[in-house]
Amino acid sequence: MSDTITAPAQTSYAIEIDGAGKTYGTGEGAVTALDLVNLDVRKGEFISLLGPSGCGKTTLLRMIAGLEDPTHGSIWLPGRGLDGLGFVFQRDALVNWRTIIENVLLPLEFKGRRTRASRDRAKELLATFGLNGFEDRNPWELSGGMRQRAAICRAMIDDPQLLLMDEPFGALDALTRDDLNVELQALWPDPEKTAVFVTHSINEAVYLSDRVVVISDKPGRIVDITDIPFPRPRPLEIREEPEFGSIARHLRAVLDGHSSRRP
Amino acid sequence: MKNPLSYIPMQIWTIVGIFAIWQAGVMIFDVKPIILPPVPMVLSELFGNFELYLRHGGHTLGNTLIAFVISVVVGIGMAIGIVYSKFLERTLYTLLVTLNNVPKVALAPLFVIWMGTGNASKIAMGVLISIFAIVIDTVLGLRSLHPDLIDLGRAMRGSELKVLIKLRLPNAMPSILAGMKVAISLALVGAIVGEFVAAQNGLGFVILSSQGAFRVDRVYASIIVLSAIGTGLYYAMEYAESKLIPWHESRRGSARPTPSKPPQKPAQPAAADPVRSDAKA
Repeated sequence: MSDTITAPAQTSYAIEIDGAGKTYGTGEGAVTALDLVNLDVRKGEFISLLGPSGCGKTTLLRMIAGLEDPTHGSIWLPGRGLDGLGFVFQRDALVNWRTIIENVLLPLEFKGRRTRASRDRAKELLATFGLNGFEDRNPWELSGGMRQRAAICRAMIDDPQLLLMDEPFGALDALTRDDLNVELQALWPDPEKTAVFVTHSINEAVYLSDRVVVISDKPGRIVDITDIPFPRPRPLEIREEPEFGSIARHLRAVLDGHSSRRP
Repeated sequence: MKNPLSYIPMQIWTIVGIFAIWQAGVMIFDVKPIILPPVPMVLSELFGNFELYLRHGGHTLGNTLIAFVISVVVGIGMAIGIVYSKFLERTLYTLLVTLNNVPKVALAPLFVIWMGTGNASKIAMGVLISIFAIVIDTVLGLRSLHPDLIDLGRAMRGSELKVLIKLRLPNAMPSILAGMKVAISLALVGAIVGEFVAAQNGLGFVILSSQGAFRVDRVYASIIVLSAIGTGLYYAMEYAESKLIPWHESRRGSARPTPSKPPQKPAQPAAADPVRSDAKA
């Protein structure tokens, strides 16, 4: 196992979350979506936030991305801060009026960093996700899986330190989802790239992550953090291994114990 | 959507049909020429005096286009202001809504008093009637940016100007064009109404003065020219739409290229869905 993933010599964090939480409304009608989250994410680490629907894991991700402000506590992104992040949405959020490659280049235009070399870089990135030849296609001509691949490329075009993904494969069929899991995990280990991945699939979380953070609902709280020891690169077959199974069973038990929707 | 030009043969048949029914009606019911002149009479007036109709039609068309361009530029500008400023939303938008409920044609005499009998009052009338369609449709389009795209804009950390230019305006284009389609017809109505009130030029003037002289053939000839102008403007907008928003759902039909395999991967076996199978390679 690579040292940079689980036990870096000098621990440096990509995300420092200190007692952060979110309460909607005030007084008696106040609803706490997320309560007192303490979590430090190491540089180069792949973290999954796992929990039932509505548990506040997306809220946590959005707070990390600066899309929502915590009502208490603080979230600190060392390094480039909010400038160094890429966000992947549940539904790809590609814009129809731009071709695939122009969609990928959009963040650079927003940041005023588009240069002549950008197009080549975008092409390269699209090729690593099997989208060569589709650069000049329109988004609506592509399948859901290909669109989401393009959306990942868009999130990565500015070489972010932090890749935030909000259930990016939730709308895809199981086979496409497996393919995208394999392609995504192949980007790690990368000591310069940290990922936070929101999902409600236990298998997906275990397969992709260095650590799985389980969040309960009402109110959202971290109830478990499990280290995933498998070395990288990880073939899809590790899902058949007994250790994978026992980790998944442990997470299942944690989820059942803390989810309000018990069978 | 096919090239609008390809529809012209059918259009011509429709027009020929209308003229045929018109002529048949005149002959069967023996209508007096003062009510409905026979088609040959109107057409001979139209083509016999073609220079006159060209000149006055050109005049009306010119005023219409100027009014339309002013409406588009000012209307989109106002809409941007209304979307970004609560103050403008409460004042300007309210004013526009109120104004839109005034029968604007009733204001035409006032415009002539204010601006004289020249082009200015016709253009002002055209703008007044057409601008509202642009403003409401643009406001609607600018506001209906998908929440994910709003988040995308924020996550990319660009200025609000970048969000406006690169996300909000392109996203609003279908709405803006829908507003423009309505506005261009209304601008023509405005120009004609202006000419009805007081003018020495334009088809509205020709219609009104011919009516006074019982030259019904001229009235009909003018109406035919006006219809031609209106139809031409509408198809010009259709054409602009097909060029500006080829990506929109309403435009994709046959414009959508058939998915084909990229040249880089010629050895891909045939599959039910070529797009998907290429992704897996």
